[in-house]
Amino acid sequence: MQRIGVFVCHCGSNIAATVDVKKVVEVIAAEPGVVHAEDYQYMCSEAGQEKIAIAVKEKKLTGIVVCSCSPRMHEATFRKAAERAGINPYMVEIANIREHVSWIHKDITEATEKAVILARAAVAKVNLNTPLTPGESRVTKRALVIGGGIAGIQTALDIADAGYEVDIVEKTPSIGGRMSQIDKTFPTLDCSACILTPKMVEAAAHEKITIYTYSEVEKVSGFVGDFTVDIRKKARYVDADKCTGCGACQEKCPSKKTPSEFNRALNTRTAIYTPFAQAIPNVPVIDTEACIKFKTGKCGLCQKICAAGAVDYTQKDEIVTEKYGAIVVATGFDTISLDKYDEYAYNQSPDVITSLELERVMNAAGPTHGHLERLSDGKAPKEIVFIQCVGSRCSDDRGKPYCSKICCMYTAKHAMLIRDKYPDVNVTVFYIDVRTPGKNFDEFYRRAVEQYGVNYVKGQVGKVIPQPNGKLLVQGSDLLDNKQILKEADMVVLATAIEPNKDVRKIATMLTASIDTNNFLTEAHAKLRPVESPTAGIFLSGVVQGPKDIPETVSQAGAAAVKVVGLLAKDKLLTNPCTAKADELLCNGCSSCANVCPYGAISYEDTLVNDHGIRETRRIAIVNSALCQGCGACTVACPSGAMDLQGFSNRQILSEVDAICR
Amino acid sequence: MSVNNEFKPKIVAFCCNWCSYAGADLAGSSRLSYPADVKIIRVPCSCRVNPMFILRAFEKGADGVIICGCHPGDCHYSTGNYYARRRMTMLFSMLDYIGVEKGRTRVEWVSAAEGVKFSETMNDFVAKIRDLGENVRLGDLRCKN
Amino acid sequence: MSHGKNQAELVREISGTNPLKCMKCGKCSATCPAFNEMDIKPHQFVSYVVNNNVEELVKSESLWKCLSCFACVERCPRDVKPGKIIDAARQLVVRERGGNYLTADEIPELLDEEMPQQLLVSAYRRYKR
Repeated sequence: MQRIGVFVCHCGSNIAATVDVKKVVEVIAAEPGVVHAEDYQYMCSEAGQEKIAIAVKEKKLTGIVVCSCSPRMHEATFRKAAERAGINPYMVEIANIREHVSWIHKDITEATEKAVILARAAVAKVNLNTPLTPGESRVTKRALVIGGGIAGIQTALDIADAGYEVDIVEKTPSIGGRMSQIDKTFPTLDCSACILTPKMVEAAAHEKITIYTYSEVEKVSGFVGDFTVDIRKKARYVDADKCTGCGACQEKCPSKKTPSEFNRALNTRTAIYTPFAQAIPNVPVIDTEACIKFKTGKCGLCQKICAAGAVDYTQKDEIVTEKYGAIVVATGFDTISLDKYDEYAYNQSPDVITSLELERVMNAAGPTHGHLERLSDGKAPKEIVFIQCVGSRCSDDRGKPYCSKICCMYTAKHAMLIRDKYPDVNVTVFYIDVRTPGKNFDEFYRRAVEQYGVNYVKGQVGKVIPQPNGKLLVQGSDLLDNKQILKEADMVVLATAIEPNKDVRKIATMLTASIDTNNFLTEAHAKLRPVESPTAGIFLSGVVQGPKDIPETVSQAGAAAVKVVGLLAKDKLLTNPCTAKADELLCNGCSSCANVCPYGAISYEDTLVNDHGIRETRRIAIVNSALCQGCGACTVACPSGAMDLQGFSNRQILSEVDAICR
Repeated sequence: MSVNNEFKPKIVAFCCNWCSYAGADLAGSSRLSYPADVKIIRVPCSCRVNPMFILRAFEKGADGVIICGCHPGDCHYSTGNYYARRRMTMLFSMLDYIGVEKGRTRVEWVSAAEGVKFSETMNDFVAKIRDLGENVRLGDLRCKN
Repeated sequence: MSHGKNQAELVREISGTNPLKCMKCGKCSATCPAFNEMDIKPHQFVSYVVNNNVEELVKSESLWKCLSCFACVERCPRDVKPGKIIDAARQLVVRERGGNYLTADEIPELLDEEMPQQLLVSAYRRYKR
């Protein structure tokens, strides 16, 4: 029998307001095995931990139960406290009486009753706990960054500057991401390319950084410190070592009708292409769906024109397998599809565009060479209407329930830039709320109104009706004037909601990283661990974690890099000792466990066993504790009940069930 | 036990550490209440739940058992919840056969971000169990006082 | 009022919508084809219910000017559905006057299969006095 100490935390009034902690102490003290029970204001504080240490010493405790907040919050804290006090850290169990009791129940009697039951279950479990010792695993001193936008580039640069090798995997032919498509940035109106391109060049030139563009992560196995990743390098059909980036192939390519991804399909590109002039690497790829050579076998112009002899139609996809200690997800975002928003006539009129498309229109390298013009007839617009919150803050099935966060600011930016360059153009913004939390953000928005005379209307647009004369009739509400407005506009710009990149769910599944209903990756703790995934060794950078602007993305990228560096700097990692273990007297070597193990951690060895005096050699399951992650799938698959999970053994869980149902 | 003759069901919820337990924590920190009849046992993965645990719960007088895991495809251990789903489908139909109604057992996928879903699921499950009343099957009479 | 519940609660119950979900974006008023005819505007329906001022809403012109075109119901990003709220308010008036105008067995022969049912229901409420 263990000598158990129970420590009940008040958590200020968080627990004590709805749970009678004194009563819990009183009842639990009578449980078998409990030799000490006390309550304290904040068990996690230094004074609280000291109380544990004193009780361990004075009462010769062998097990500890802390009734407090979630084990996901402070289990590690109390395990460390136990270790300092001289008890094996795995002799500690937490009864979660905050998140699972005091915060959700109002009735004190009911809450106290439940707290006692949870405490009993924890005591019952500790009675069966055994001391466990973590093993050690090695750390591969190399990091992988998935996504080559500003988030990925910044993370990679920061990791590389700390002296570690980093690989960037980017799906498209060039790094740069969304930021490379943006014309100017708020609230300073810096030119986006001017601040991004040097970073792209720096990343490409960095001796510690390897960039795989036009590549995708195909398979991930392993765990923190020791991931193995297959990267598919898609065939470019251009030899990157030979190509000089002269661009002659793109000039001559006769297939010119593919919508340009970079320019948001506002103009076209050739079949052999680099997405934009500053692309890194400056090596084109051949789009086989558009290429005449690939479709009909005739043509081959690019190969003939290429002086370097770099074009190679026989190139094949290549799989690179590499080991990493940590993986950063920086897959970014896209704007949502507007197919469900017929009322804005986006699919009917080329003059209704998204804000990201407007960035391309305003950009000197864009489809209109930076001239603000209607895409239908090339005429200069005189009246432009901006519509905010298109698809953001929606609780219906058309849009997204969250605020996309960046739209208020970029709309103010667009409005301001237009009024600055074309003072005769009237700009109206329909808004629900203008949200400008950020340094110099509200000042920026006020400048748009006060200095540049942008007309902000509190209300929404109900519909946009294309007129026979080419204009767009905008019907909206002005809630402050309690009026309905009808306005003829030349252009309508939609502040379209952003969503995580479509591929992220696939990547999250490969990484076994948690993902929420909106496809944002979940952080390990919303406040305290915002750049880490709950899955050890996986880190989050940029919009993949939630909507954010460039400065926030860059800060988060740096934060993720520091976490990666902190991990890679270690020579050994302690592994979770809660691993599976087979009872060699019960195991009959049937292989059921190995069949369900997702990590290939189970093998079989002929072992000499002593079964009650009978010595014989049997085929026995052996668990490699460095590979086992402790899921417990094997324990249930085992037909003879030989396999058990340390720390969550059958007897332990059954004792919890018994305590709860008592 | 119960002060006013109202039926207080005993409900055991097995929650996986990575998704559902975190979802329950989120329900807690968001103050989304559900009946105190639900008591949660933390397991590393829904695939750790041995059918034996569920039988034992009913034997000891539980009126309902719910297993919560990560959404299909999102399991922290890649495939654990698929095993849980298969095992529980088998077990529940056998339990139904011997008279433990289908409504007393359930598998639900709750992610770490779904505090609302966790609370709604528990409210709904408890309401169903209350409708079904006390479980009379499988109970070990020696366990009753 | 003869009802045990207050009118705002009744409107919520009949309409099946939660006016507290409204974020005051004004999409309903922006989309309404009968906006100029109305004394109380579609986006205001919601606040009249929230502020327990259904009495005023029931007396308003808007009650009978709403076309039940359901544009606001379709486009409301928050699922508040002002069209359903005003329809519920009409239903209150109908109940005050002693029930529905048509009995259930009179309806089938009046039905055109192409016609949205809701249109029919609300049309009867408005025109069959």
